[in-house]
Amino acid sequence: MSYQARFRVWRGDEAGGELTDYEVEVNEGEVVLDIVHRLQATQTPDLAVRWNCKAGKCGSCSAEVNGRPRLMCMTRMSTFSPEETVTITPMRTFPVIKDLVTDVSFNYEKAREIPSFQPPEGVAAGEYRMAQEDVQRSQEFRKCIECFLCQNTCHVVRDHEENKAAFAGPRFLMRQAELEMHPLDARKRRAEEAQEEHGLGYCNITKCCTEVCPEHIHITDNALIPLKERAVDRKYDPLVWLGSKIRRRTG
Amino acid sequence: MSADTETNRQSDSSTLPPQRRPPGGVFSPRRAALTVRHLRTDRWWLPPAATAAGLLAFIVYATWRAFAGSHYYSEPYISPFYSPCLASSCPAMPGGARWPIFGSWWPLSPAVIILIVPLGFRMTCYYYRKAYYRAFWSSPPACAVAEPHATYSGETRFPLILQNVHRYFLYLSTIVAVILTWDLVLAFRDKHGSWGHAGLGTLVLLVNAGLLWTYTLSCHSCRHIVGGRLRHFSKHPVRYKLWGWIGVLNNRHMLLAWTSLFMVGFADFYIYLVSSGAFADPRFF
Repeated sequence: MSYQARFRVWRGDEAGGELTDYEVEVNEGEVVLDIVHRLQATQTPDLAVRWNCKAGKCGSCSAEVNGRPRLMCMTRMSTFSPEETVTITPMRTFPVIKDLVTDVSFNYEKAREIPSFQPPEGVAAGEYRMAQEDVQRSQEFRKCIECFLCQNTCHVVRDHEENKAAFAGPRFLMRQAELEMHPLDARKRRAEEAQEEHGLGYCNITKCCTEVCPEHIHITDNALIPLKERAVDRKYDPLVWLGSKIRRRTG
Repeated sequence: MSADTETNRQSDSSTLPPQRRPPGGVFSPRRAALTVRHLRTDRWWLPPAATAAGLLAFIVYATWRAFAGSHYYSEPYISPFYSPCLASSCPAMPGGARWPIFGSWWPLSPAVIILIVPLGFRMTCYYYRKAYYRAFWSSPPACAVAEPHATYSGETRFPLILQNVHRYFLYLSTIVAVILTWDLVLAFRDKHGSWGHAGLGTLVLLVNAGLLWTYTLSCHSCRHIVGGRLRHFSKHPVRYKLWGWIGVLNNRHMLLAWTSLFMVGFADFYIYLVSSGAFADPRFF
């Protein structure tokens, strides 16, 4: 079944922009990115959009569809009624470059601030041995496709530009949690670093990062809250502190 | 080309940022120029509104019952709002948790003393934090809906940094859950103290205790303490297994939070009805 759908697409750049209306054909089985491509092909060849795999695995086509952070390639048109006007805007947390393309370099800067995996002393590369049950928790976090929808929707930076310097965002706090739980990572104080240097305390666990994750990673429940609990262990819990002084445990 | 350009057509004044708020957040200069707080077309306001209504209803009811100080004991049932009963004004409860640590100088209802524990546990619970930050503080009201506050410091400073005491309320709540389980055991008596009997009130207390235990055990802090804090599950197989089981409950933490909240209120209300004589407790055996 084909029909003519109404679309509103944000067009512009850093200097300003506007929502522009289009009418465009929609066919059965299509996704929002297909429609954006049809717009480029038939009506507005200068419409800027970032995309790559069209399979929900590259994380390139992040945008906001009807105000909800989504991958355009994974948003089926069948979820909208033919009468509905579909609004597409770029991610609203990052500076816009042109049309639907944003400058996501904030995320790369934050990625560089997370200390990388630190191998244990005396174990050479190639000699790492880990039990499956020890690594499977952090393997969930490796599903991340770096679409940055969680970074985009997190109100700590979305609604407060001034917090960008102090807050790493859910994606990179999850990276810190992944390494904190890693059975071979030798770096100490990752939970304290998360709290003191990467802004873990800004997270008020309202779970928007989890809601928008296209990989369905339980960011809040499995990464951020466990990281908060580890920070409590080391910074705020006198009983755990006392226990660690009496009996050294490596866990 | 069928383009019909209309600049900022959605600039409804109700969606504009507060007048005194500096341009920031989604209105920051380098971001996509949109004058609206959000573009969501679904009923995003419904979950926070329902949450606020549910929590307010419970707060109103619990405040009334906690300060009432009457109709909370009808042998063999004690209301979960009043157990353990720590004031000397508590009636005699054969075998029950009546420990008058607070003497006759305590002027208020005994419930006010003990309710601090479940209140603190739920106030600092990771699920309820999400619920009331969204419902009462609009921080944020919903995902991708701009919050109204000019600044935000989250849980980095006083008073919200105190949320980190959650695990201590977990410890205290576990003790309360044990006591409520003992109250359930006592409910297998009849009015004369003979064992081997049960009534509808017993069933109510049984469901209440079950939901309180599953809510308490499904807590994120409990999950962390039982096994989440470990780095090598392979060295602690028992704790690993327990962590997995608690993880199953933890996936339903929101459901358990609401059902246990409703049930504890209902259990209290049931005992209020029985104690005040408005309803005769049907006995099964």
